[in-house]
Amino acid sequence: MIDFLGSQNFIAIIYLVASALFILALKWMNSPATARRGIFAGESGMVLAIGGTLLQLGVDGKLQHLAIDYTWVFIALGIGTAIGIPLGLVQMTAVPQRTALSHAFGAFCVTLVGTAEFYLRTPNVQPFMMAVLCCEVILGGLTVTGSLMAAGKLQEVLPQRPITYKGQNFVNLAVLAIAIGIAGYLVHDPSATHLYPVMVGIALLFGVMLVIPIGGADMPTVISLLNSYAGLSAAAMGFVLGNKLLIVAGALDGSSGFILSVIMSKAMNRSFTNVVFGAFGQVAPAAAGAQESRPVKSASPEEAAEILAAASKVVIVPGYGMAVAQAQHKVRELYDLLTKRGIDVQFAIHPVAGRMPGHMNVLLAEADVPYDHLKEMDDINGDFPQTDVSLIIGANDVTNPAAKTDKSSPIYGMPVLDVERSHTVMVIKRSMNPGFAGIDNPLYYMDQTLMLFGDAKAFVSNIVKELSNSHG
Amino acid sequence: MGSSLIDGLFVFMLAGFIGFEVIKRISPLLHTPLMSITNALDAIAVVGAIVLVGRHESRLSFILGILAVIAATSNIVGGFLITDRMLRMFKSSRPAKS
Repeated sequence: MIDFLGSQNFIAIIYLVASALFILALKWMNSPATARRGIFAGESGMVLAIGGTLLQLGVDGKLQHLAIDYTWVFIALGIGTAIGIPLGLVQMTAVPQRTALSHAFGAFCVTLVGTAEFYLRTPNVQPFMMAVLCCEVILGGLTVTGSLMAAGKLQEVLPQRPITYKGQNFVNLAVLAIAIGIAGYLVHDPSATHLYPVMVGIALLFGVMLVIPIGGADMPTVISLLNSYAGLSAAAMGFVLGNKLLIVAGALDGSSGFILSVIMSKAMNRSFTNVVFGAFGQVAPAAAGAQESRPVKSASPEEAAEILAAASKVVIVPGYGMAVAQAQHKVRELYDLLTKRGIDVQFAIHPVAGRMPGHMNVLLAEADVPYDHLKEMDDINGDFPQTDVSLIIGANDVTNPAAKTDKSSPIYGMPVLDVERSHTVMVIKRSMNPGFAGIDNPLYYMDQTLMLFGDAKAFVSNIVKELSNSHG
Repeated sequence: MGSSLIDGLFVFMLAGFIGFEVIKRISPLLHTPLMSITNALDAIAVVGAIVLVGRHESRLSFILGILAVIAATSNIVGGFLITDRMLRMFKSSRPAKS
């Protein structure tokens, strides 16, 4: 029995089953009805793989160390669990920074293992193996610092403003080229171990430099990209350790992050190469000084409530502003009141609304808005001409009609929600200051547009108050 | 070792294609939970770290391995926990809702 447990076949079969469970986990994620089954599959695969590995440790491990090893592994598993539980219980509004932080943790693990392998194996390393090892550590290192930077920006402990300077892309590419050059030298001469810390240091530096020019609006792309890098570094680690389960998990994570980055970059009309080379965040400086004060129409909560009550179809367009103001629960109350009056209420979700892919969906689901009312951009854009009121809450650039008409606009060509086609547009906004990207929105000056100035949460709750009073 | 690397490349390629096809089908509705679950699955790197600790080849590798186990475990636990919390929130209006 013990022979069978210890045999390479046993652990290989466990890993095979775990790989299948991981793929099923992702397959079941395609619909909310089966998604929780997907988690179960993922957890089972994980428990199997870890259990199998621990068993094998007992069989393969060096006897004189076994007790110490088990003790320390279990202590580490315990500490990891203690850190993981609070990370799993964060507020839904903090999910983007939590996700960035977990990319950093994952890449940290990969980088540490890669470093240990490097020092254990040099100088007897085959060229291909050394190349993969360097790949693992460079990707891992840049993901660690890049993700920490992203998390810091999202948590607002670091300045959110993009920091750009002339020749930034050139400097970044040069830095990366140095790291790759060192990797090349190590492949050629594995005994040059003194260069290894330099390479890791440069990878860490590159991660910081990659995220410095990123502003909040680009975060969805960057988080997806870092997700992809974290996956690829794990796959590289799988090659180094000859562990196929790791290769599978890394490839799945890498392709997931890659697909999300492509979706995000398309939704912002940026080419994919633009994203790969970290050349995003380069919003042309807004035409400063062109801020002539054009007239806008504004309305009070009472007026807004009346207009909403008279509508038969309402589309709500949420954006990052809704998340910042924590307005999602009030928005849900509004949704309930309007639905009760027989008004058709839908939510229009732009792919890059918020700070990570799917951010708005999670916040609205948290507030108990049924998910079949959350519509993707392509599904709802045709509905706007039949919409009586579009209510925009904390979104800006994703509703900017200049993206369709004004060739000089920095966001020209970006797919946007056609809110201006609805009969009335209401925009909840703090003030007339242009949004994050500093781009003026012609929507606000249109005839059918009413500006609702104020804090998103306070304004929506005032509308809710009006509606419930008038209903009697 | 040559053949095991080639095997690895085959696995990587196939898993990459499967990932592409499977993930393409996932509704944007669930993109945030998707990212948190792939994060948890990715933390399977923990098995590599456990093996590293078990090999006990040098003090450095032992310490790095322990730290790696901690980092990966926190991703596993946190990732599954938050994905589950998110998915529990997604409700359809079709089952009668008061």
